[in-house]
Amino acid sequence: MALTQEHIQLRLTEKFGDLVSNFESPYGMLSFEAAKDQNLKVLQFLYDEADLDFQFLTDLTAVNYPDKPGRELAVVYHLHNLKENVRIRLTVYTDIATPDIFTASKLFSSANWMERETYDFFGINFVGHENLKRILNVDEMDYFPLRKEYPLEDQTRIDKDDQMFGRG
Amino acid sequence: MTEHHQHHIKLPEGSIEKQTTTLNVGPTHPATHGVFQNIMELDGEQIISTEQTVGYIHRAFEKLAERRPLYQITTLTDRLNYCSSPINNMGWHLTCEKLLGVQTPKRVDYLRIIIMELSRISDHLICNSIMGVDTGAYTGFMYIMQYRELIYEIYEEICGSRLTTNIGRIGGFERNFTNTAFEKLEKFLKEYPAALRELENLFTRNRIFMERTKGTGPISAARALNYGFTGPNLRAAGVDYDVRVHSPYSSYEDFDFKVPVGTTGDSYDRFLVRNEEMWQSLSIINQAYQKVQEFKGAEAEVFHADVPAYYLPKKEDVYTKMEALIWHFKIVMGEVDMPKGEVYHSVEGGNGELGFYLISDGGRTPFRLHFRRPSFIYYQAYPEMVVGGMLSDAIVVMSSLNLIAGELDA
Repeated sequence: MALTQEHIQLRLTEKFGDLVSNFESPYGMLSFEAAKDQNLKVLQFLYDEADLDFQFLTDLTAVNYPDKPGRELAVVYHLHNLKENVRIRLTVYTDIATPDIFTASKLFSSANWMERETYDFFGINFVGHENLKRILNVDEMDYFPLRKEYPLEDQTRIDKDDQMFGRG
Repeated sequence: MTEHHQHHIKLPEGSIEKQTTTLNVGPTHPATHGVFQNIMELDGEQIISTEQTVGYIHRAFEKLAERRPLYQITTLTDRLNYCSSPINNMGWHLTCEKLLGVQTPKRVDYLRIIIMELSRISDHLICNSIMGVDTGAYTGFMYIMQYRELIYEIYEEICGSRLTTNIGRIGGFERNFTNTAFEKLEKFLKEYPAALRELENLFTRNRIFMERTKGTGPISAARALNYGFTGPNLRAAGVDYDVRVHSPYSSYEDFDFKVPVGTTGDSYDRFLVRNEEMWQSLSIINQAYQKVQEFKGAEAEVFHADVPAYYLPKKEDVYTKMEALIWHFKIVMGEVDMPKGEVYHSVEGGNGELGFYLISDGGRTPFRLHFRRPSFIYYQAYPEMVVGGMLSDAIVVMSSLNLIAGELDA
């Protein structure tokens, strides 16, 4: 029996109730949200259950939404069931003041560096990660550059007239 | 014969036993073939532990992309895996097309497949011949480079550049393939099989090569999956996951090809898988070329989809017509807002699943763009693959993984 999105949603809501929400299917990929402290439990459930079998972590990254108070940072997991060839997307929101998310690196070895990269650029503190240090940026850096509060160009530059560059 | 006297260096007891050496392989080292570092702890020649350092050519592509309209991002993707830029370019264009809901004509799909498979060949032949270099056979590498040149000449004919190609447009290609391009393709298809056969003969049953690569850097299928391996490295471990088959894009479903797999996931299997993939790519190119030739009349002239809001106008029109000039400017500067949405799209890159996670908030540039870079993800497994082995084997494992610094760092 093919694994349908309805089935995944049903199994998740049966197990987690209100802690999983916002089921959508943009561009054909089932996307949903889990409560902040439930991320590892949901990942483990998706990994362990024989009928779900999401054992391949395709991608892990974060997004900064400065306009969503209390939900400024989102950690996004792309999971893949290789046998049934079904992909899903799990998002976990956290506030920017205490960006603590449980690490998935015990479950997926691949999460190790991806979490380090996410920490490096967004400052997500992956609780339980064994070696959570910067990976691409220099160790001395004291900010998280992919957060939206850091504009791409140095805003104090006066030699460039923004209006001339269509950026006014 | 005079008696041979051997002089022993007298070292105090305990001064050399249990001592280890720290060796820096990289950041710039002939064996890394790119800028990244390994800090290895050695006991004699045996590796006790190793730690990788990456990020030496980090260029903040994801941050840059947040200020760039779609076409300005294509040039960033060139510089990920720069051995197969066209796959990255087309992966990006396909992601944009998915977001914008653009349907490409079949002929465009087939032309794209020709280019993508050519770049897969150029990627794999570098990796395999470099493995030869690292095991002491320089000749194969120097010889096969001539054939990569033939591929680069085809790129040149189509888009004007060679390494960082910036090939194609959203919806298709900037211009139709010229007859010269097809002639060059035919020349390549005619001459390359013999050269590949020779390269294969040089290594596949070569005693020295086999002894250097068999059993080195093995990884089991379960560990490889847990480490997020994709592409030839995963297939060498025995898992037949291929994005071209599992999530076909650009009409790959119309083609008949095999997905070669290995068994032990060692350097030798990785070599064999890449080698066989080159034959499969050749077969795909032949099929695609045949399909392209079957288009007749007006259909044979189609090289892009009809998406005026995103497809750049013809260059001669830009120079002569006001309207075309305006649209050219609007598209390049991103004056056309994208639809809102969240898209993940992946293609089978030279090294595995190259994914683009694009979030658009409806503005002129992506709100967030993340590249899933296969090299970055599978390089984590390197210590597990080489610890306990010899230093010289670790070098071969590194080249057999095909680590591309541009893709590690983004």
